[in-house]
Parts: sequence; structure tokens; C-alpha cells
Amino acid sequence: MGDTPLHRDGNWLAGPLSEILAVEPTRAWWRCPTCGMAGPLAQLHVYGPEPGLTARCPGCTRVALRLVKEADHVWLTMGGATGAFRFRTA
Amino acid sequence: MGTFSPGFHGRARGLADKLPPGQYPTESFPVLSAGPTPRVPTETWTFTVTTENGDSRGWTWDEMMALPQEDTVHDIHCVTRWSKFDTPWRGVPVDAFLEDVETAADYAVAVSHGGYTTNLPLEDLLDGKAWVVHTYDGFPLSPEHGGPARLLVPHLYFWKSAKWVRELRLTLEDEPGFWESVGYHNYGDPWREQRTWDD
Ligand SMILES: [Zn+2]
Repeated sequence: MGDTPLHRDGNWLAGPLSEILAVEPTRAWWRCPTCGMAGPLAQLHVYGPEPGLTARCPGCTRVALRLVKEADHVWLTMGGATGAFRFRTA
Repeated sequence: MGTFSPGFHGRARGLADKLPPGQYPTESFPVLSAGPTPRVPTETWTFTVTTENGDSRGWTWDEMMALPQEDTVHDIHCVTRWSKFDTPWRGVPVDAFLEDVETAADYAVAVSHGGYTTNLPLEDLLDGKAWVVHTYDGFPLSPEHGGPARLLVPHLYFWKSAKWVRELRLTLEDEPGFWESVGYHNYGDPWREQRTWDD
């Protein structure tokens, strides 16, 4: 039999991601892996807007999301980790 | 009496020479933050240098204050486009912390209370180009501006001058820090306008 691919390319994310990014983000629900606090997006503490937006858990200050807007792009991390995604917006 | 005095010309030329591209001068000292302001008492403050092998050397506040101090005046340039001229600081050159450190590292990550990080080539911290500062304009550095002590690397955009610095981690590879990992430039030279990843 042919080789079974161990991974698929990033295009396989496009469908699921476009669904996630197309919905109303303020209705998102978020849960902190450090302190367990959970709630709607509005409860996050957001610092910025410059040099970027940093959203933190109101319970323990863990980074929940980081977003940097450039003229033609948006950089996004979910959580505080490195390995951001850069989305083209223009 | 002419419309333009020599003094006016002198200042105007001075400004053009002092202002990197895309920046505007400000008298104020804006505070930008990515999180809550840490309150770090000097009684428990420490500063650590960690090498690529995991060896570390630490200083307490009193030990840091016992090192030779320097007064130093610099123009600072924030990537959000403000520049502030002739800012007066007092602190310890980073050279003093690295004097007896054995390392083959080419890079450093400044690590702060609150989790902030920023990466620099190690050589940009040496030879009198960077300080750990604790005094601004004659007063103890306020927590909003990174007190009790912050890094000062005035020849790079000001996000490299990590507030609330607590550690320098020496690394063999360049490891993008907090802002560098979401699109900001890895080096950040204001004179070459290295703001973002593509610049
Ligand atoms: Zn939390």
C-alpha cells in the first residue's frame, strides 16, 4: 500500500479557522488553564492597544491572547506562547 | 534682527539629526504596558545572569548598588513613534554583570517580573551600550516606568529596554521575545526603522 501521510498541510486548517474567525468573537467563552477561571471574552483584562493588545486572565494575569495589528496584517497568538500566526487582512 | 536667529537654525538642525525616521519628539514620558505593573520591593529584588550552560550569578539590590554607578543621558525612541531627548538615568553598565561570566552565547533574553521578555544580540548589551538603571532624573525609578530597575538600551527601540528586569538569559540562538514573537522586529534599530518583522 502507499505511504500514509503523517500530517496534512496547513490548508486543512482553513475551513475550521474561517469558521472560528467568522463568528461573533464577543460571544466566545474562555477558560484559564492556570487558575480555572472561566467566562466570556468581555471579562478578560486587555492592555494596549500599543504596541499590541495583550488580553489577560482577570484571576491570575496569565496571557489569554495577544494581537498585533499592522497595516496589512494581524498577528495572533491564543495564549502567551510564541509561534504566532500572521493573517493577511489587506 | 532677522526672522531666524542662528539659535533657531541650530535647534532645527539639531532636531533633524536627533530624530529617527517616522518619529515625533515629546516632552512627556508615555507609559505603555502589556500587563499589570509589578511591585517589586528592593528588599527581595535580585538580578541574575544565566549562561547557556545553566550557570548563574546573582546580585541583591545592595550588591547591585555597591557596583560602580554611572550617570548617563540618552535620547530614547519608542516604536509607537515618540522620541524623548536627553533622558537622564543612573545605573550600572551591563558590562559589570558580565565581567566574570564565561559564555559562548551570541544572544541574550532579558526576562522581567510579570513574564515580559525581549531578545538582543549580546554585543548590544556590552561596551557601555546598555545599563541596568534604577534612577530617573534624580529620583528612584517609578514602578510605571519599570522600577525598581529596568534595562536601558537606548540605541534600540525602547521595547528592548525591559522594565522590571530580573534576569539576563544568555543563549546560543536568537529567541524572539514578547513583542518580537508577534511581528515586531528582532533587532529594532530606530535609525533603520526596524519596526516590524518585514522592515
Ligand atoms: Zn487565570
